[in-house]
Amino acid sequence: MSGTVRSKHARKGTGQGPGPEGGGATPPAPGRPAVRARRPAGKRFLESRAADWVLPLILVAIIVAVWQAVCSSGAVEEYVLPAPGDVVRKMFGDFGTFADQSVPTIVAIFAGFALAVVVALPIAVAMVYSGVARRAIYPLLIIAQVVPKVAIAPLFIIWFGFGQLPKVLMVALICFFPVVIDSLVGFRAARPESLMLVRSMGASRWQAFWKIRWPWALPSIFAGVKVGITLAVVGAVVAEFVGADKGLGVLLITARGDMDSLTVFASIAWLTVIGFVLFVLVEVLERVLLPGKRGGRSHEASGSL
Amino acid sequence: MPGATAPFIEFDRFTKSFDAVTAVSEMSFELERGEFLAIVGPSGCGKSTLLMALAGLTQPSTGQVRVQGEPVLKPYTDLGFVFQGAELLPWRTALQNVLLQSEIRRAPRQEAERRARELLGQVGLGGFEDSYPDELSGGMQQRVALCRALLHDPQILVMDEPFGALDALTRDQIQIDLQRMWMERRKTVVFVTHSIDEAVFLADRVLVFSPRPARIAAEFRVPLERPRHLSARTGREFTDLVGEIRGVFENLGVLREEPK
Repeated sequence: MSGTVRSKHARKGTGQGPGPEGGGATPPAPGRPAVRARRPAGKRFLESRAADWVLPLILVAIIVAVWQAVCSSGAVEEYVLPAPGDVVRKMFGDFGTFADQSVPTIVAIFAGFALAVVVALPIAVAMVYSGVARRAIYPLLIIAQVVPKVAIAPLFIIWFGFGQLPKVLMVALICFFPVVIDSLVGFRAARPESLMLVRSMGASRWQAFWKIRWPWALPSIFAGVKVGITLAVVGAVVAEFVGADKGLGVLLITARGDMDSLTVFASIAWLTVIGFVLFVLVEVLERVLLPGKRGGRSHEASGSL
Repeated sequence: MPGATAPFIEFDRFTKSFDAVTAVSEMSFELERGEFLAIVGPSGCGKSTLLMALAGLTQPSTGQVRVQGEPVLKPYTDLGFVFQGAELLPWRTALQNVLLQSEIRRAPRQEAERRARELLGQVGLGGFEDSYPDELSGGMQQRVALCRALLHDPQILVMDEPFGALDALTRDQIQIDLQRMWMERRKTVVFVTHSIDEAVFLADRVLVFSPRPARIAAEFRVPLERPRHLSARTGREFTDLVGEIRGVFENLGVLREEPK
């Protein structure tokens, strides 16, 4: 990669490039106020960046309010549905326990996810460059994906015990498929003209890969990685359900045995936080690694269709 | 017989077949160093195949392409290629797109960047070095592609319908700019186009291709003085020549006044 980071204002561009043939360089004529339609404040807010945060928060607030109202009305028993306030109090009241149990879960997620990516990328590359590899591996990939991975978890316990290893393998197995498939799609997405272009410059295979194929593949790889990272959390919890000595999934399944729904809810909430933070981390990484807009167009003309 | 007497570029009974289809059949022609050759022909007549063969990106089925007497057997890199779409990489700025050329060739960065900025300035893109392709108009993108093709100062410039997707006004301007840059550098240019006007306006010599399998149906020297001005297009010599070439296409059945 050329190591370029795009400036902020360019990224936030509205998708309107300069007009045809340098028209964009023309400054507005002096002495004439820019004519600009005044829009109502509400509409202006909806078009702002802040709305991206505020809108979902409003929706969450509504859901929590309804939840709290249901609990306060006494219509449901506390062990069925604890109130949101109690769940939050539990989450932070027992923070030490949750933090302690989160560590092995998070470690398994990271290790398993990293293992999946490290194995998936070379396999995808091999499948792009070698027809033999593609034909040999592709059916196996499909079969590996069709096998219910949750059903394999007990096997891992038998083979590797109740420690971290079966968890890591479970996570890797469950997020491997989206990463390998989307990487494969990505590596094949390079425009043939782009490859022709660097070939006419005398590029080696190595150069063609890093200058053309890899950057063309990145958006697709990230699509797979985003699906993969959310599945990784699922994989870790499933493995802990089936059998592990420590972890949020273990805490959850133990609490279920005690009908301690408050701890179940708090565990779920912490798992959600972990999954969300991981997803955001991937998004941030994507923004750093993908400078420039890729076919980003203004959607104004599409209207509300 | 490689040597001083060999033509600069030589297509020698060049034939290219894809499976059962013969795209180009037994084609022979030559180019002098510094010549601007335009090729006009109907769609799908194998014009692009010729350019790719010259660049060494594809090999002839039979026959040879020679540059300075040497057959082209692998990518020939003392050459700049401009495609129909600008083929800029969307994650690179205008400047970085031009510098792709020097990166692949592992040329010293500083010198390359100085040249790239100079070239971008010459095509009127000073100030747009850090713009991304989708912030540039089609004409500006194609100018960036031209700079990229010229960065390493190649002897040969190969252009495959480079302005075909541009609007008429942009096209006029970029043709004038290309002529100016060519007159300053005198590269050997092979320029493929659908437009008879464009071919006559730009070229020293125009080859007219028949539909597939492509043969040379006619060859014209363009006697117009350089620099040629847009007004030349309404001049007698220009319109006569354009009419003559159109006549060739009519005779070939590519252009018809009446329905079949």
